[in-house]
Amino acid sequence: MNGYIHSTESFGSVDGPGVRFVIFVAGCPMRCQFCHNPDTWNMQAGEQKSADELLSQALRYKAYWKDGGGITVSGGEPLMQIDFLIELFRKAKEKGVNTTIDTSGAPFTREEPFFGKFNELMKYTDLLLLDIKHIDEEQHKLLTGRTNQNILDMAQYLSEIGKPVWIRHVLVPERTDEDEYLKKLRNFINTLNNVQKVEVLPYHTFGEYKWKELGIEYPLAGIEPPSKERVENAKRILTE
Amino acid sequence: MAKTNFDQWADFKGHLWKEEVNVRDFIQHNYTQYDGDESFLAGPTEATDKLWGELSKLQKEERAKGGVLDMETEVVSGLTAYGPGYINEEMKDLEQVVGLQTDKPLKRAFMPYGGIKMAEQACTTYGYTPSEKLHEIFTKYHKTHNQAVFDVYTPEMKKARHNKIITGLPDTYGRGRIVGDYRRVALYGIDYLIEKKESDFIEYERHGMKGTDFRLREEIADQIRALKEMKEMAAVYGYDISKPAANAKEAVQWLYFGYLAAIKTQNGAAMSVGRISTFLDIYIQRDMEKGILTEEQAQELIDHIVMKFRMVKFARIPSYNELFSGDPVWATLEMAGIGMDGRHMVTKNDFRFLHTLENMGPSPEPNLTVLYSSHLPENFKKYAAYISVKTSSIQYENDDVMRPVWGDDYSICCCVSATETGKEIQFFGARANLAKCLLYAINGGVDEKTKQQVAPLYRPITSEYLDFDEVMEKYDQMMEWLSKLYVDTLNMIHYMHDKYYYEAAEMALIDTNVRRTFATGIAGFSHVVDSLSAIKYAKVKVIRDEDGLAVDYETEGDFPKYGNDDDRADEIAVWLLRTFMSKLKKCHTYRNSEPTTSILTITSNVVYGKATGSLPDGRKAGEPLAPGANPSYGAEKNGLLASLNSVAKLPYEQALDGISNTQTISPGALGHDDGERTNNLVHVLDGYFDQGAHHLNVNVFGTEKLIDAMEHPEKEEYANFTIRVSGYAVKFIDLTKEQQLDVIARTCHDRM
Repeated sequence: MNGYIHSTESFGSVDGPGVRFVIFVAGCPMRCQFCHNPDTWNMQAGEQKSADELLSQALRYKAYWKDGGGITVSGGEPLMQIDFLIELFRKAKEKGVNTTIDTSGAPFTREEPFFGKFNELMKYTDLLLLDIKHIDEEQHKLLTGRTNQNILDMAQYLSEIGKPVWIRHVLVPERTDEDEYLKKLRNFINTLNNVQKVEVLPYHTFGEYKWKELGIEYPLAGIEPPSKERVENAKRILTE
Repeated sequence: MAKTNFDQWADFKGHLWKEEVNVRDFIQHNYTQYDGDESFLAGPTEATDKLWGELSKLQKEERAKGGVLDMETEVVSGLTAYGPGYINEEMKDLEQVVGLQTDKPLKRAFMPYGGIKMAEQACTTYGYTPSEKLHEIFTKYHKTHNQAVFDVYTPEMKKARHNKIITGLPDTYGRGRIVGDYRRVALYGIDYLIEKKESDFIEYERHGMKGTDFRLREEIADQIRALKEMKEMAAVYGYDISKPAANAKEAVQWLYFGYLAAIKTQNGAAMSVGRISTFLDIYIQRDMEKGILTEEQAQELIDHIVMKFRMVKFARIPSYNELFSGDPVWATLEMAGIGMDGRHMVTKNDFRFLHTLENMGPSPEPNLTVLYSSHLPENFKKYAAYISVKTSSIQYENDDVMRPVWGDDYSICCCVSATETGKEIQFFGARANLAKCLLYAINGGVDEKTKQQVAPLYRPITSEYLDFDEVMEKYDQMMEWLSKLYVDTLNMIHYMHDKYYYEAAEMALIDTNVRRTFATGIAGFSHVVDSLSAIKYAKVKVIRDEDGLAVDYETEGDFPKYGNDDDRADEIAVWLLRTFMSKLKKCHTYRNSEPTTSILTITSNVVYGKATGSLPDGRKAGEPLAPGANPSYGAEKNGLLASLNSVAKLPYEQALDGISNTQTISPGALGHDDGERTNNLVHVLDGYFDQGAHHLNVNVFGTEKLIDAMEHPEKEEYANFTIRVSGYAVKFIDLTKEQQLDVIARTCHDRM
């Protein structure tokens, strides 16, 4: 079957372990204020590509992966196209390729039919990069337009089934970098037993021009990337 | 000759190298592999800090004076033209390795044999007045290489040169690219080498000798004279190099004297040092085992010889600087590699040479080159990648593809081209502009800029839209014409260079029975590929001027481009290389040299671009060509590895002179921290070279840094900010503004 694909990147080195082929899918239910890929929000804007086609494209870079690398599906929100993802990862695993999903968790629910499919997908998934935008429910809504309850539930579920995750947190001054919330996030992470790594991603403004191109007002206009000290501070709270 | 055995050879193993001049055999029997990490390395000594501080000051003065600190006008450069010179007279005892090109540091010598006009123009450009007496001598009494070449050029050659379809020809200065085996001076001492050459002189006597025999005899005589003068040159500094070096310090010094002889007599575009790292390690190792040398002292020796390589200067003219921007000399020096027996050749010394970039900061020279294989020790690969991430000062070349062709003792003789050390030389041949050639095919041999009929009057294409088959047929004919004219031109240049500017000092350190390659080059590679792809897969409309000359193109529709791992475009790239190479092979080449080609432009891609009209791929008239084998600006849409995969498809055996690729990766795109960046870079190198690719320049910095350096060159942090460009490294602030903008415009892989 086909997926809606925004673009691919042959050299991904910051989305999972090692050198990775990154597939950016189109379509995302979240509307994060700091999104640096707002051009991936609309699923229809993507190009249709089959799992086989993408996989054969990815395998051209196998020479660079060695033991660590593989493919990462990012976006957009990969879980919006879960059927496609199942096929892609099932076939990738047949070829012995490491599979990683970079997700916000937004589509997650323990309801059917999603939940059954999700469990199927987990059979072929080696790692999830779970981006927790904000630990606080109200703040999360302000920032992304949606609840975080199902996202935190997904984190807990992955912990229950022992599926490895990297927790990621985008550090935005005035939005997500208050110590109080960072500590709360740390406490939550402490309850999970499957977290291999916590990554603090400093907010950057490289995506701003895309908002302009799409004719949408940039909600973080005027907010600068966090200082080195704030990044170090967040790393200390979240990882040490 | 009687079996020789010197006391200086005590503890060294093997015997073949004692019976004949054979440095490779010596290395293979005596080197010590090192698999460990960099933790043994020593920092700079006080002497190193002082000398480097002094040299940095001089470099600053040099820049403040417009690029030249001092220049000779009265003395013709030669092995014994000067007394001793030091970085600083008062600090001379600190210098572990001595010897300058002239009597003062960074002072440029007067070298008229390549061409008196150029030597004089170099002086006047920087405000110096050339000597009238020397002018008289080199115009009235002694012919120069440049004069001789122009005496014999055909009108067609002059026209092709003037219209820049063949450019960068070494007809006004030394051709370079000849690497003397400078290690021989250390291992054998000069007297032994003289004896060998004398016996060659006798051995090459023939019955019924003719012109080519006389030439060889004259050359050997010149070589012997040069060897004798080398001894005098060293004696000026208080050293007797007639016997082999007895210890590490002497080995470093002896070897450097060999190299110094080359750079005192030749101003070649590339003056490589060669593969010296593993060789010198043997001497260091022996001294350490004897307990007479510490790691600090060993590092100091390496730091000091590298400091000397950082000081090599030649007087150049503005048009030369446009081609080869930033004052490069290609003091190329190799590390690592794997032996024919499968043992890797990484020694501690390879770490020490890389470590000079930490001890004395980044630097474009020497042009440090790692002979790479994924089978090198992980620790070494990681350290090299780490140094790349930190300094962007080193290049990588694939030992796995070069070893089968050149063995395990080759040197890189310029930017990227291999020659077997001491056994082989190369005739350097600049480049043919294949992009312009495509335009000539369309316009029936008329130059799109000057409107001169340069090539023969072939029928031009007159249709409104370009037809692929028609273009290919005409392009094939035009390449046939160009390749022949190009090789004929080079034959004349090298004949005259041998005659009027023979490299006696370098050739004295090379086997008399030398092999020769004939190195041509290609410019505009990616643009031809994309243009042909546009003609094949899209619709290309020709825009003609009032004279009916095609001057621009409108391309409708999408087409595959080289640099995206798209076989449709990449197959055209392979075809182009094979086709041009097969045409070169048809030509007679001077002294039975073996023709090769390179896809390599140096910074000349900017100048070549200026002289080249609009192309069907969308590149507009005057815009820079992509450098080397790099994909065109903005063509790469699928990231770094897709781009690398495209370049990796070019077969090295069709371009034995090298396939240069320069890539810039922003630190953020390479990993979150230096540890990740180092590991990821090793993966990139492994993957690229395991596919048979030849060369990679690695830069790790973001566009913002380049822009800031261009706008604020005075900032201390940019004084030594080094970047890799096609085939060499350069201090970014030494580039012309145009070239800086060109570097900035190139694809920086920075997807976040």
